[in-house]
Amino acid sequence: MNIHEYQAKEILSKFGVSIPKGGLAYSPENAKDRATELGGDLWVVKAQIHSGARGKAGGIIVCKSEQEVSDAANKLLGKTLVTHQTGPEGKTVQRIYVEEGTDIKKEFYLGLVFDRSTESIMVVASSEGGMSVEEIAQEKPESLIKTKIEAAVGMQAFQAREIAFKLGLEAKAINRCAQAILGAYKAFSTSDATMVEINPLVLTGDDHVVALDCKMSFDDNALFRNPELAELRDKSQEDPKETYAADRGLNYIPLDGDIGNIINGAGLAMASMDMIQLAGGQPANFLDVGGGATPEKFVKAFKLISGDPKVKVILINIFAGINRCDWVAQGIVDALNQINISQPLVIRLAGTNVDEGIKILKDSKIKYIEAYTLEDAANKAVKALKELEE
Amino acid sequence: MAILITKESKIIIQGFTGKIGTFHAEEMMEYGTNVVGGVTPGKGGQKHLDRPVFNTVKDAVEETGADASILFVPPAFAADSAMEAADAGIKTLVAITDGIPAHDMIKVKRYMRRYKAEDRMTMVGPNCAGVISPGKCMLGIMPGHIYKEGNVGVIGRSGTLGYEAAQQMKDLGIGISTSVGIGGDPINGSAFKDHLAKFEKDDETKAIVMIGEIGGPQEAEAAEYAKNNISKPIIAYIAGLTAPKGKRMGHAGAIVSSHGESAAEKVEILKKAGITIAKNPSVIGETVETVLKAL
Repeated sequence: MNIHEYQAKEILSKFGVSIPKGGLAYSPENAKDRATELGGDLWVVKAQIHSGARGKAGGIIVCKSEQEVSDAANKLLGKTLVTHQTGPEGKTVQRIYVEEGTDIKKEFYLGLVFDRSTESIMVVASSEGGMSVEEIAQEKPESLIKTKIEAAVGMQAFQAREIAFKLGLEAKAINRCAQAILGAYKAFSTSDATMVEINPLVLTGDDHVVALDCKMSFDDNALFRNPELAELRDKSQEDPKETYAADRGLNYIPLDGDIGNIINGAGLAMASMDMIQLAGGQPANFLDVGGGATPEKFVKAFKLISGDPKVKVILINIFAGINRCDWVAQGIVDALNQINISQPLVIRLAGTNVDEGIKILKDSKIKYIEAYTLEDAANKAVKALKELEE
Repeated sequence: MAILITKESKIIIQGFTGKIGTFHAEEMMEYGTNVVGGVTPGKGGQKHLDRPVFNTVKDAVEETGADASILFVPPAFAADSAMEAADAGIKTLVAITDGIPAHDMIKVKRYMRRYKAEDRMTMVGPNCAGVISPGKCMLGIMPGHIYKEGNVGVIGRSGTLGYEAAQQMKDLGIGISTSVGIGGDPINGSAFKDHLAKFEKDDETKAIVMIGEIGGPQEAEAAEYAKNNISKPIIAYIAGLTAPKGKRMGHAGAIVSSHGESAAEKVEILKKAGITIAKNPSVIGETVETVLKAL
């Protein structure tokens, strides 16, 4: 789960990381009020969407008067921003954050991630703040400072100081920087985060260390014990179809092709998508209905897939393990008795009780194309698509 | 011989008396697995499925001599149960549970380092279908009948894709020594390379199949390890050639987040290590057959 910049900063500040003063706004009037409350003569109006690289997409506007703040808010609210992280459809700005201007002397990068190779938490820092970590890795790899943290004992103060010294900070800012790094680590470790990125972490004109931007992601599997984080979820920033599916216990990701598919198991689903492409087609989605696929789940899956205007053909590939093919077949038949689908349907069943499953399908009134192997299923789906096009 | 579990393995079930634990315990016993008891805290002293129930894993190990365990404990408590098994002297633990927080798995992995390498438990999973040594012992939730007894070792991340491979092999008359499902999570109890090492030492295993997918460094690490340490032929398939970057494909660990984690890149890395690639998921069986014939 991702959260907004202003929410991430609020969490950081709880752990002792300094952040600029700011306030949230939902309208231009709102934004102007925030600027008045903050005072001063320089403000930054920032679009709140779940994506980095907002600056390049025009989502961050520096303002020199309260009127400019109001104009900037007017321009951003309701606008769809497209960045390399949002995909071509972009994300719509529904909230903006008005922040006091910061006097920046130097910018740094600070990121905390899970390192799957060492199975520990890795702190990555660089003196090249403002650039994305991918850009830093490509253009200035020598500037990357990586520190592995022993999860059992947590990050130690000396490790944070070492990073601060390597970033080239002067003596008076070392402890302030170390405090920011330790704070970010505590935020990561106590909230089941999978990623905390402060980019940039800045040294101000008066030698304070401030988190100017922050992105955080959390482990969905741990939200049960972090209810206050779960409340920060903003569904408007998620793909509505993915959310619809996830709320119904389906693992779904929309793709660009025209062959919709319903499969049990993530690995088999990926393999089936690969097979469709090798057969000359393009998958319209990834959909894992899970192990115990009940008739109710099939109804939900059929509704989701058949209602997608992109989908011209539907492929079902189920390898029944503990759930049996006869149950699965009955689930498919029951589902198709409840909803009508217009697309040609290719079904491949394999595994436990496959003969009984096929018999149920054959004895039912449903119209479908029978397939025997993974390859056969993909070929028949592509063939059905070509026949439609002729 | 097989690896991890044999006919002699004494099995306990953690989360024995729950609905899921009961269902799979019956399936495993029907397959011929030597289930000697189970653990459900607070229900010690009772009998379930005609087997004794214990309050702690330590009690179960002391009373039954159990050396392997399978975990059907809800995600919030699974890490704790895994550490309990390690501490009680269990040698092989299969964690079926899907949805264990990643921070908890890091804790489990660190905890296990307190034991000497030779005493350390091998944890398989979480979020996996388990382990089966066909004809001998099933410690998992897979349909046992699709696995034929034989000489090929299988290591895979995905449950149903592993079934697909086992069925293809069976249809061609090819059997399996042991099949291990290491699971789809970002942090696994054990990795491809851990089981490659075990299969290398196993006399019964003549060739090894690796079924990987997008995300994480494990397949590349296995390739590097195999180059220097594995003499037996390896056949690999990587799922997710069509998976978009940055999207989580069902499994918590199936996400391309850095260089070398896409299916195409993994295939290249494996090829360079001299591993035979099954070009698509429909020819895993045929590819194994070709490699076996050349032996």
